[in-house]
Amino acid sequence: MAWEYVVNGINGAIKLVVNGDPELVDIAIRSVKVSGIAAVLAAIIGVPVGVVLGLSRFKGRGLLKSIFNALLGIPTVVMGLILYLFLAPAGPLGFLGLLYTEMGISFGQMLLILPIVISFTVSSIESVEREIRDLALTLGANKIQIMFKIVEESLSGIVLSIIAAFNRAVAELGIALMVGGNIFVRGGGLNTRVLTTSIQMYVARGEIDYALALGTILIAIVFTITAISNYLQKKWVGYD
Amino acid sequence: MKRLAIAIVTVLAILVLGVGYQYHIQSQHRVLTISTTTSLYDTGLLEEAIAPTFKEKYGIELHFIPKGTGAAIQDAKNGVSDAIMVHARSKELKFMEEGYGVNRKVFAYNFFVIVGPRDDPAGIKGLTPVDALKKIAQAGREGKAIWVSRDDGSGTNTKEIALWKMAGFDYSKIKNESWFVSTGTGMGATLNYANTKKAYTLSDTGTYLKFRKEGLIDLDALVDKGEELINVYAIILINPEKFDKDFEGAKLLVNWLTNEEGQRIIGEFGKNRFGKPLFYPIVDVLREKKEPYFSWIAKYGLIEDDGEVTECPEKFRYGKEMTFFEFEKQ
Amino acid sequence: MIELRNIEKKYGETVALKKVSLRIERGEIFAVIGNSGAGKTTLLRILSMLETDFLGEYLFNGKDARERAEEVRGRITMVFQNPVMFKGSVFDNVAYGLRVRNVDSDEIEKKVEEMLKLFRLERFRDKSARKLSGGEKQRVAMARAFVIDADVYALDEPTANLDPENARIIEKTIKKIKERGKTIVLATHNLFQAKRLADRAAYIESGQIIETGESKELFENPKHPRTQNFIYGFDFF
Repeated sequence: MAWEYVVNGINGAIKLVVNGDPELVDIAIRSVKVSGIAAVLAAIIGVPVGVVLGLSRFKGRGLLKSIFNALLGIPTVVMGLILYLFLAPAGPLGFLGLLYTEMGISFGQMLLILPIVISFTVSSIESVEREIRDLALTLGANKIQIMFKIVEESLSGIVLSIIAAFNRAVAELGIALMVGGNIFVRGGGLNTRVLTTSIQMYVARGEIDYALALGTILIAIVFTITAISNYLQKKWVGYD
Repeated sequence: MKRLAIAIVTVLAILVLGVGYQYHIQSQHRVLTISTTTSLYDTGLLEEAIAPTFKEKYGIELHFIPKGTGAAIQDAKNGVSDAIMVHARSKELKFMEEGYGVNRKVFAYNFFVIVGPRDDPAGIKGLTPVDALKKIAQAGREGKAIWVSRDDGSGTNTKEIALWKMAGFDYSKIKNESWFVSTGTGMGATLNYANTKKAYTLSDTGTYLKFRKEGLIDLDALVDKGEELINVYAIILINPEKFDKDFEGAKLLVNWLTNEEGQRIIGEFGKNRFGKPLFYPIVDVLREKKEPYFSWIAKYGLIEDDGEVTECPEKFRYGKEMTFFEFEKQ
Repeated sequence: MIELRNIEKKYGETVALKKVSLRIERGEIFAVIGNSGAGKTTLLRILSMLETDFLGEYLFNGKDARERAEEVRGRITMVFQNPVMFKGSVFDNVAYGLRVRNVDSDEIEKKVEEMLKLFRLERFRDKSARKLSGGEKQRVAMARAFVIDADVYALDEPTANLDPENARIIEKTIKKIKERGKTIVLATHNLFQAKRLADRAAYIESGQIIETGESKELFENPKHPRTQNFIYGFDFF
């Protein structure tokens, strides 16, 4: 029974993709776009924070690190609910007009995955920091040069953290649903339906086959992005 | 260092432009956000029939946020919605009394049905709703039947609570009995659950017919007659003095929904696919006082106001451009 | 050139160096011998100013080294026992010390080529440094240090765990570098290597300098019983 569903799901996914179902294409592209933007934003903020946290030594650094580590596991529904309350027009951030928009989802997912980027960046910095610092120092590098070298050496770990962050964003439901609202108007320009929200909707409507087909596509996207990043890393960062 | 600075400035510039562009796109579209019940949404009426036609006609996109009636009202109280489409008169009245909603208009009706397994272990087929519930409770206590409740504060759930009360049961008490299962989710998921468990539940006709027709469930409509089962859908606008929403746009939607074209679309939706409509247009029934539905709607869907029954009591009306049905109390 | 007076270094409760005093002259190869854990690496790290938190006095060219830590670091380069490679090619690794000094690229090209030749690394030039064998990595690490025009090179066990072929190349190069007038501090547990290369040597045990002297004298005629113990009991394998 369950296996039958899985096989049907994969079959259905292939059919949908081959037929280029326009609704599906629209939703899948939106998923990648919204979570991609979230990952880029999280990287812009999280990598510098992680680098500073990884390189510097100050009081409260350990506490800060454990806070970010704890936030790694924050439940997305809780996050979604809090964001909903903040972003609702009557809420403190209501003036931004982000509720039930793509940007709103990106913003929420960015907050969700920021701890991933920060924590993973910190640990990849720390894993190379000591050796590289001593080496660069004795070879005559100044503080800024050393910093850049450490970041360069941690780059594959940092890229990995961004990919992991993207994967979490694209696969989460709580924020996409509560902040996004699963809005879909045929031909509309402000839709917010993404893969996860449509999966839950089709499950609620009892259309399990279609939901599984979408699930298969979601998994395929996650795998593909990871594979591409691995390939690019080998090619660009190279030598490792 | 210089290259890094240029890179940072470029990224920031792209970001600012991107955000600006998004806001620009948003401002290009006129959007109405409507918080609605799942029973309206899950049938596809809103997205497949109403939204496309309304957009074509007025260039306004309708964004429907499907939630239970309770959650939809909460959405509106948070200033999210331009209007709500719901079906729970008591909650609607409260929503207006609290000052959030104005200008309530009814736009459609159908019937709730009590559905259950074909072999009907409680033997309710053809009974009145109240007798049927009594039988189910009895069978449940004997371990022969299961009742599934949405228990999510939705319109359907509100109706269910009222029906149990009429049958002489206190919902908050029987809720704890072992034959009584709460799902806390939407209509579709609840129907699926009842189907799997071979249980009884209360459903709106629209969702039930759709699920039945598509072969998703194997439950029969065992009780579908009785005035208590009437289900009246209303749209309520957001008080412009409470939130600065698109009141004018929402008014356009209400007027269109209750005019000839809107009513026709409601009445025709699903006719071909399901053999009968999922929703019935309400305006003609009220205008021509078609019995027996008129009396039922008056009893279960309209509100008493100073010796009259009306869609919207006078103190909850805003502006002068909208008209409301008013009838002598019978 | 280098003078240490009563250097003490603790890591937490562990004493790494105890009242270490030393003089190292310009242009000599100075060997620090002793078993692992004796304090050789700590001593080298202090000489290279990678550790600045110690007690006692460190004079570099007659001036306090800690007050001019950055300048001293520019003049002493350390090669670690574990040859850490940067990501990137062998060329990139060797060029690093020149790049951070803003040497122009033609000059870098020339100097790196010369070093690669000296260490017989030409054919690895564009290979990933991290994919080399242990011996090759050690050679890259040496080349990466020697390409810098420093005054002193502090080498920490440069041939430990290497095959004879790689060890031979490295020893040969150390001699060549000395011929260019550079000062070399060589930490090693290998008595024969110290004997082959060093002008002078010091025996260190438990963080203390036991005996210092001309290397020939020290090895053939050790005065202190603990030095004797180390030298006569030397494990040939």
